[in-house]
Amino acid sequence: MSSLDIMLWSVLPYAAIGSFVVGSIWRYRYDKFNWTTRSSQIYEGKMLRIAGPLFHLGLFAVIGGHIVGLLIPMKWTNAIGVSQEMYHVGAITMGSFAGVATLLGIALLIYRRRTTDTVFVATTKNDKTMYIFLVATLLAGSSATLSSAGVIGTEHNYRETVSPWFRSILLFRPDAALMANTPLAFRIHAVVGMLLFIIWPFTRLVHAMTAPVGYMFRPPIIYRTRDGRSVAGNRKARPGWEKVKY
Amino acid sequence: MKVMAQMGMVMNLDKCIGCHTCSVTCKQAWTNRSGLEYAWFNNVETRPGQGYPRRYEDQEKAKGGWIRTKGGRLKLKGGSKARRLLSIFSNPRMLNIKDYYEPWTYEYDNLITAPLGQQTPVARPKSLLTGKPMKIEWSANWDDDLGGGPVNIEKDPILQKLAEDVTTKVKLEFEQTFMFYLPRICEHCLNPACVAACPSGAIYKRAEDGIVLVDQQQCKGWRMCVSACPYKKIYFNHKTGKAEKCTMCYPRLEIGLPTVCAETCVGRLRYLGLFLYDADKVNGAASVENDQDLYEAQMDLLLDPDDPEVLAAARAEGMPEDWIAAAQKSPVYKLAKVYRVALPLHPEYRTMPMVWYVPPLSPIVDVLTETGHDGEEVGNLFGAIEALRIPLEYLAEMFSAGDVSVVTGTLRKLSAMRSYMRDINLGREPRAEIPEAVGMTEESIYEMYRLLAIAKYEDRYVIPAAHTEQAKELDHLGCSLDGIEGVENFGGGPFGQSSGNPVPVTIESFLMAKERQTK
Repeated sequence: MSSLDIMLWSVLPYAAIGSFVVGSIWRYRYDKFNWTTRSSQIYEGKMLRIAGPLFHLGLFAVIGGHIVGLLIPMKWTNAIGVSQEMYHVGAITMGSFAGVATLLGIALLIYRRRTTDTVFVATTKNDKTMYIFLVATLLAGSSATLSSAGVIGTEHNYRETVSPWFRSILLFRPDAALMANTPLAFRIHAVVGMLLFIIWPFTRLVHAMTAPVGYMFRPPIIYRTRDGRSVAGNRKARPGWEKVKY
Repeated sequence: MKVMAQMGMVMNLDKCIGCHTCSVTCKQAWTNRSGLEYAWFNNVETRPGQGYPRRYEDQEKAKGGWIRTKGGRLKLKGGSKARRLLSIFSNPRMLNIKDYYEPWTYEYDNLITAPLGQQTPVARPKSLLTGKPMKIEWSANWDDDLGGGPVNIEKDPILQKLAEDVTTKVKLEFEQTFMFYLPRICEHCLNPACVAACPSGAIYKRAEDGIVLVDQQQCKGWRMCVSACPYKKIYFNHKTGKAEKCTMCYPRLEIGLPTVCAETCVGRLRYLGLFLYDADKVNGAASVENDQDLYEAQMDLLLDPDDPEVLAAARAEGMPEDWIAAAQKSPVYKLAKVYRVALPLHPEYRTMPMVWYVPPLSPIVDVLTETGHDGEEVGNLFGAIEALRIPLEYLAEMFSAGDVSVVTGTLRKLSAMRSYMRDINLGREPRAEIPEAVGMTEESIYEMYRLLAIAKYEDRYVIPAAHTEQAKELDHLGCSLDGIEGVENFGGGPFGQSSGNPVPVTIESFLMAKERQTK
């Protein structure tokens, strides 16, 4: 195990988590005004109508797959009688649908962004950088899936390597050796993914962290008093934010 | 009973000459920033016409406002909560910039920098969105004064809603130039659909005065409010990615000044004042079964500020005495509830709008005069109101969910006021039977005349300051820019325009103007 391995699999993960957490908190406090989806739907709606849901819903499935694949130990699934074969087939089938939807979605989104004048003008350098990392993560992830299935390269059971490594990170007992010998596609996917998390808080991707789940549970009409005290089921003003001074 | 105060506005359409002064001054005050070039918090549209944004009244397309479910409950027309939340990745009802218009500027620079040549240099239009040359095909007032004729006017959603034969009749009326102007701002509804549609909970009603505002920090740009508002009075700032709307000039109201649109109105047709209403009953009133009962339901929400029971409840809620006094003097309460001459715009959207309109009578008087009749003789006038059915039905579609009797009642009061005052002005004996014919007394019709025709500044605007003891503190008009945080960072934190600490909008406009001047 080289020192590069240690850097990549024991240090970089914590750098990514640190940047993601600290960066998000910092930006939420410092730059809340710019915390937005920066939607371009007002410029163009037809392509977005297909591409937006395709990408996002595909991505939800991908994220769900990652949660199951990375967090649930193989022992547990074996214990409830899911054989490696069954798990593998299920993961590949569902993962393929999700991956294809996500990739098609982002392809169409980028095509839309490049070909619609108004949308392209509204695209910042920050956005372009973000797209590079996002697409690279998705492509590397897809090829890793294909590689795990043995379509390219040799078949690889990531639940014996990548998943325990991921859990070792979360448990603060990083085991870099688990990642060192995985197929290249997995290693690229993991590194680019971690880089994506490092830049995440500083891009428009922050909108994902304020997904409006609370909307389902709040009263329809919100009242607020002038001094910021809330009434009738309204949430309180966030701490750490000064009111606008005149 | 939960008594709350609501700042409301009444506009007397008889007096609107369509000069757009309100729109221009509002634009200068609030939307002269990039990202909102296309937005008019206040706009004046010619009716019949498509309005701004185009055909905003066609709720089958944009699904704005509320509907009543079979079970008698209120639901946003855009669908259930879950359904709307699932469509967040691409709001199917979202408006396109072309529904408003693509903002542009001209290459003025070319006029003075073009090299010497055979042709006179021209200033070509350039899109403010792409920077490329563009063809101007629509704007906020493209069909102003019936511009474009039937081609544009036929797309008026209300005309299309009226029966086929009525449409043809209205078209014939065009030869006699029937039209009126409709100035529009945010309705600051009692039951706002935008507030209910906001996934982030960023839009709220101010508990003190009912003004609907967008918390710019909390707004995440999910753009659900844009389509949910049936009046399309929420605008998406395409530079900041946040929703913005008419603020009812709250910084002015808080120190007792009228809104910019009202203050600068040449025709002096706007009235500002308080309503007291029962907040507990709003939902019930908005969910009555029949669309045509919504107007009465809305009237029932408005409480009598002289009723001791109401006063006791208001004081129990902690309403300041000066606010109660202002509510008792409120011109908007008088016009809407006491005289019943001001009507809400599109009550059928079930949002309980709080900007009211005195429907126009003038075209009827003019038509009568042109045909050789005495346009202000009460008999002729009453007869004419019934006879000119087309404008009535059109007005009814706008102001009373199609109930012609409501509009007729209002117009009869207005014409009775004219006839009654005419006798006084000509030195004749005033005729008590005229006000009686419309269910008013001589005193009340005279008071209404004072309010509508004399319309003194202090009678039109009865605005209690935010809290009198704080009013002086709030007065920052003409303040210096010293020591205001964020000013030095204006125009760019690390994440591009408008990142970093919030800059008050007045400062932002000032700095932008300054930047333009020095270039």
